[in-house]
Amino acid sequence: MYTPHTQADRDAMLKVIGVDQLEDLFQCLPDEGKFPSLELPDGITEMEALDELQFISTVNETPQELVSFLGAGAYYHYIPAAVDSILRRSEFYTAYTPYQPEIAQGTLQAIFEYQSLIAALTGMDVANASHYDGATSVAEAVNMAYHNFRGKRRKIVLSPAVNPQYRETIHTYMKGMDLEIVGEDLDPEVSPDDLIDLIDENTALVLVQYPDFFGRIFDLTKLSEAAHAQNALFSVHVNPIALGLIKPPSEYDADIVTGEGQPLGIPMSFGGPYLGLFATKKQYVRKMAGRLAGETVDTHGNRGYVLTLNTREQHIRREQATSNICTNQGLIALASTVYLSLLGKSGLQELAKLNYHKAHYAAEKISTVPGFMVNPVQPFFNEFVVHCPAPAEEINEHLLSHDILGGYDLGQVYPSLKYELLVAVTEMNTRSEIDYLVEALEEEYHD
Amino acid sequence: MKTPAELKYTKNDEWVRVEGDLVVMGITDYAQDQLSDIVFVEIVAQEGDSLDQGETCAVIESVKAAADVYLPVGGEITAINETLIDAPELINEDPFGKAWLIKIKMSDPSQLEGLMDADTYEKLERDH
Repeated sequence: MYTPHTQADRDAMLKVIGVDQLEDLFQCLPDEGKFPSLELPDGITEMEALDELQFISTVNETPQELVSFLGAGAYYHYIPAAVDSILRRSEFYTAYTPYQPEIAQGTLQAIFEYQSLIAALTGMDVANASHYDGATSVAEAVNMAYHNFRGKRRKIVLSPAVNPQYRETIHTYMKGMDLEIVGEDLDPEVSPDDLIDLIDENTALVLVQYPDFFGRIFDLTKLSEAAHAQNALFSVHVNPIALGLIKPPSEYDADIVTGEGQPLGIPMSFGGPYLGLFATKKQYVRKMAGRLAGETVDTHGNRGYVLTLNTREQHIRREQATSNICTNQGLIALASTVYLSLLGKSGLQELAKLNYHKAHYAAEKISTVPGFMVNPVQPFFNEFVVHCPAPAEEINEHLLSHDILGGYDLGQVYPSLKYELLVAVTEMNTRSEIDYLVEALEEEYHD
Repeated sequence: MKTPAELKYTKNDEWVRVEGDLVVMGITDYAQDQLSDIVFVEIVAQEGDSLDQGETCAVIESVKAAADVYLPVGGEITAINETLIDAPELINEDPFGKAWLIKIKMSDPSQLEGLMDADTYEKLERDH
């Protein structure tokens, strides 16, 4: 064990502050919390540790081994090998915060490219250098709206069809901020237009997901107009792959666009690290959390990159800053940059179409199984809700016995939706996998 | 450091010039010098707002710090200087002239009496 201070060092320090022994410094703590016995097992050798960890890893079941239709915020997409090999270059892999432009041009340029790609994808003026994940991006959108009105507007209209984990994160972030968050208790299957009545002159932000948590795509025109009629901000959370196919939120005049960047070349890896996309209009750039890399020229007229906004937010604005989150998810943002560069504009469009068509094929086939229903008129992208003849939890158990990771059991978070299964289909699901799923469901019905 | 004699001053380094029943306000030469290069101005007060003396009416951000600007006298905001949004450096160049921030129709002209004259402002003890 490495201990930075020797006993002699400690004794010398204690003598200076006039304390007999270290334990005296902890007098204010209750006895039962002091020096608890950790009851750790005896140490093991490296060989034994590796053996144990390898055993634990074999208990995992992954989408490589199972047929997976699970999405609900994290999606199984193909990741080109080039993503990982570029990511693992030590110049990127070991780089830390690029405060010094003279030695960090590569990292800064990568961030700049990332921002440019996200701005283009969302149709917005400016994207920041990223946040930790979709949930933190959404929470930062709320934060930004709150500070935009200098705390004078205290209402957030939040769609119940925003990912429940994101909504939970918003509540965590906003604890103690005296904000009223409305809309979540509406019937989860309402349309965005049902939120309009909740918007008033005290509303700072109207926040929806697109496609929403149930995979549905709605026209957001009226909701956006209603938000802007009250001078509130309008924020849209996206699945970036879907933007290869559907209208970007900028066309609905969104003020803020957030997104979960995981589908862009980032493995699901049990929930993270992921990537938070955040883009906005130029007029709000000073209110945006995080950092921004910019392109400039040096004294010789050569192109160069620098961090342009981060210092203002955190170090200068201090308690007046919109947010104290200043870091970004550098390496993972790079992964998405490489991924998007490899696909290109037409590649992303093709990928989105492939997802769309496979999901629609699956929905159509599942609808033919007696007892299972998919809303036939609701537009969706690569995810949709299946109404089941039995609780979704039971359907999933049955499917798992066929080595199929079924969908997301919506009853877990929406008590009224126990019979609803959220099914995601990506380019990774072959036609035979989809047919196999349908067969397994047919068997379930006949059981 | 300039401290024009015809103006009134606050301890927060705002200046006030009386023009009939209106007052024009900005930040002082001393304030701009302390802040150094000013890169961003947000005037929070909007035309038509009625604000009390001491309320935050603007935020000025320099390469060194962000500072709130407080309304030196209460009243109705009749004009804000929108040229500063695109040219914040005017505050460094001409703090008492082109870089005025806000015009106010005073609700209580006696508040002027509580402000300092140039001489007193110059002699103000600074904590830093």
